[in-house]
Amino acid sequence: MESFAYQAPNSLDAALALLAVQRQASVRTQILAGGTDMIVQLRSIDRDPRMIVDIKRIPETRRIALSADGLILGAAVAGAELSARGDVAAIYPGLVEAADLIGSTQIQGRASVGGNLCNASPAGDTIPALIANAAICQIAGPGGWRELPVEDFVVGVGRNALEPGEFLVALRLPVPAARSADAYLRFIPRTEMDIAVASAGVRVALDEQGVCTQARVAIGAVAVTALLVPEAAEALIGTRLDEAACAAAAAASSAAARPISDKRGTETYRRQVVGVLTRRAAVIARDRALGGQA
Amino acid sequence: MKQQVSSTINGEPVEFLCAADETALEVLRNRLSLTGTKEGCSTGDCGACSVLLDDRLVCSCLVFAAELEGRSVTTVEGIATPEQLHPVQQKLLEHAALQCGICTPGVVVAAKALIDANPNPTEEETRYWLAGNLCRCTGYDKIIRAVMDAAAEMRGATP
Repeated sequence: MESFAYQAPNSLDAALALLAVQRQASVRTQILAGGTDMIVQLRSIDRDPRMIVDIKRIPETRRIALSADGLILGAAVAGAELSARGDVAAIYPGLVEAADLIGSTQIQGRASVGGNLCNASPAGDTIPALIANAAICQIAGPGGWRELPVEDFVVGVGRNALEPGEFLVALRLPVPAARSADAYLRFIPRTEMDIAVASAGVRVALDEQGVCTQARVAIGAVAVTALLVPEAAEALIGTRLDEAACAAAAAASSAAARPISDKRGTETYRRQVVGVLTRRAAVIARDRALGGQA
Repeated sequence: MKQQVSSTINGEPVEFLCAADETALEVLRNRLSLTGTKEGCSTGDCGACSVLLDDRLVCSCLVFAAELEGRSVTTVEGIATPEQLHPVQQKLLEHAALQCGICTPGVVVAAKALIDANPNPTEEETRYWLAGNLCRCTGYDKIIRAVMDAAAEMRGATP
C-alpha cells in the first residue's frame, strides 16, 4: 500500500466485509476508535501506510447498555460519554474512576475504554479495573463472534489477542452481586495526566454480616500485562476485609508483581507500592459495598 | 487517494478534500485558512488545537479530517460574534491572562465548553478542566481568574 486510506463502515457486517477484503489483498489495516494513541503512533514510531477502519459509526461500538444482564460498553464509547452515565458509575465506580484518570478533558472527549485495552500498554488504567470486574471482550471476526476474558486479551506489551480480520466490538461486564463494589487506584508522582507507576483494581462482594464472599484483584504497571491475582482475592474471601486480610492481600499483590525498573520507579518501589494500592483499593471497595453503593 | 468530506464548521457548511492521514488541525489551518487554531505538540498534550467536535472538547491534532464527514466543528473563530467578544475572551483581556497568545485559542474554546457544561465551576473544577491546556507564560492564575469571572458574568452573578 502506497498511501493511507480511510473507511468508516456504518454496520458490523460492512466492517467485517471490508476487513475481509483487505485481508485477502494483504493490505495492512488498523482499527480506529478514539485515536488518542493511534494517531500519535502513526505520526511518530509507526508511519507506514495502511487502511484505517474507523469503527465509530457502527452502532454496537457506541452503546452503553445497562440491564439485568450487566453492562455492555461499546468499544468506541469515549471516556466523557461514560463519565456522564451516573447509573453506570453507581454500579462500576472503579471502572469509571479508571477511565476518568486517562488524560485531559480533550483526551476524555475521544479516548475509549476499548481502545485503552486494545492499545495494551502495561500501564493502561482501565485494564486492571476491567479485570477486577470480570469483563469479557466481545470480538467480531470472519468466524463470527467470540468472547475472551480481559485477562487473556492482552498478550504482551502493545499486543492483544485479536486475529487478522477481527476487532473488539464491546466489553461485557457481569452484574455484580448484592453488597458489592469496585475501586481502582494508581500511583503517579503528579496530581493527574501521568502514566501509572503501579495500579490496582479490586471488586469485593459481602454477605449480610459483612463477610467477603467474592473478590477479584488485578494489578497494573508491574508486569508486561495487567495481572489477575487470585492469591490476593483468596486472602480477602471469608474475612471482614479487616486490616490483617487487606495486609495479606497487599503481600499477595507484591509477591505476584514482576516489575521492571525505569525512570518512573524501581522494581523494589513498584512491588511495595502495588501492595499498598491493593490494600487501599480493597478498603475503598469494602466501604462502598457497606455503604450501599451496589 | 483524497477523501471528499462534507462538514459544518462554525455553523457554515464546508466541503474539502483531504488525505486519509491528514488531521482535522491540518485541514483547518492549511486547507480552510482557519489559522486561529494553533499547533503546539501535535500529540494531544498541550491543548493549543482544542476545538469542539459535535459540542465535545477534543484536540483537533488527534482527529482525522476524514472523520468530520457529517459532523460539526466549532473553532475559536466561531466563538465571538461580529459585534461582541465572548465573555471568556473579554475576561482574558481584562485580566491580562495571556502573553504570547499561542495557548489562548485553545483556552477560549476549552473554557467556553466548561462554562456551557458547568455554569458555576469551582476553582478546582476549572483547574482540572483546563489541565489539558498548557501555558508557558502566565503561570495559569490569571487564566483561572478570568474564566471564573466570565462564568460569573454569564450566570449574572455580581462579582
